[in-house]
Amino acid sequence: MNLLSMFRRGSAPVARERLQILLAHERETRHQPDLLGVLREEILAVIARHVVFDPDKVQITMDRGSTVSTLAVDIEIPNRRRASGAASQQLSRLALSASTATTRSQWTNGLV
Amino acid sequence: MSEGKSARVLVVTSGKGGVGKTTSTAAIGAALAHLGEKVVVIDFDVGLRNLDLVLGAERRVVFDLINVINGVAKLPQALIKDKRLENLFLLPASQTRDKDALTEDGVAKVIAELRTKFDWIVCDSPAGIERGATLAMRHADAAIIVTNPEVSSVRDSDRIIGLLDSKTEKAERGECVDKHLLITRYHPWRAARGEMLSIDDVLEILSIPLIGIIPESEEVLRASNVGSPVTLNAPLSGPARAYFDATKRLKGEQIPMQIPSESRGIFNKLFGRKAA
Repeated sequence: MNLLSMFRRGSAPVARERLQILLAHERETRHQPDLLGVLREEILAVIARHVVFDPDKVQITMDRGSTVSTLAVDIEIPNRRRASGAASQQLSRLALSASTATTRSQWTNGLV
Repeated sequence: MSEGKSARVLVVTSGKGGVGKTTSTAAIGAALAHLGEKVVVIDFDVGLRNLDLVLGAERRVVFDLINVINGVAKLPQALIKDKRLENLFLLPASQTRDKDALTEDGVAKVIAELRTKFDWIVCDSPAGIERGATLAMRHADAAIIVTNPEVSSVRDSDRIIGLLDSKTEKAERGECVDKHLLITRYHPWRAARGEMLSIDDVLEILSIPLIGIIPESEEVLRASNVGSPVTLNAPLSGPARAYFDATKRLKGEQIPMQIPSESRGIFNKLFGRKAA
């Protein structure tokens, strides 16, 4: 919308559009107050069924960008087959990462 | 002590400050009493009480809500009877005590006692989403969400609607608080020119039923200046009629919605003054 059309139509349509985008986003996050906490528990439960790891050596981060958000899960797994002592313990790393596109157009479509 | 009544608890809330919660509480409380209901209005804004001032009872406050909760005063001692309407009572907020004095148990007991004596308990919520606001809505059967057609007010109303759906007793029982949208400070001519969010815009964004539209008017300011609800002070004015209609809808009557329209006459248009 250019300046001329804003002037002609008044600023209410801009207010309306900004609110719709913002509230669609806020409502989404409101119902998942601790999304990261829930994800952490569920992901760790799945991985714990297959490998042994120290829950303290897990890093889960979510990076929210303007168009793409990234979820990164970094789990340190002790390699037990070769472990003969604490000093020589080998480590493997399991890293997962996922991206979610959260574009403006999707928010708007989701609401209307 | 019990008179066999079972009051309906109404919270007047908004999230944002300055949108007209206290004005609306006074106007609707007085309108309900005028229509024959026995009403108590409670000010939950501990530390910043103002409902007493808007109702013109500021010099008659002896005990307050916190005094009742602390057991310093009995409930009947703290209730102030309105001088104009014998059915209207005020339970003022404390002006000086700290906010922690407002306890969940204390509020529950006060509401339970009032329920047996009144038809309506109208809770005037403080702004924000802190303790005072959550306790004001805690026991509500119905809520009036006061919203100005302006972005920050609409956003905060949306947040409050979320709280009404999660933090109230009714919500925790899996029931739903009846939510009603009251749009205040509406300028028909600004909405018509696309300078202000329209009624339809706000309704579409918040998607809760509309109970009334209160036009911006100098009568509202005049009423608070003299300490009288606008529904008593200027009952035939635009805002008072809108408040009366909203009150009747609250009682379940079917009243067609009047959208305030451009009411500037040719004289006012020529000289650029807006009608009251």
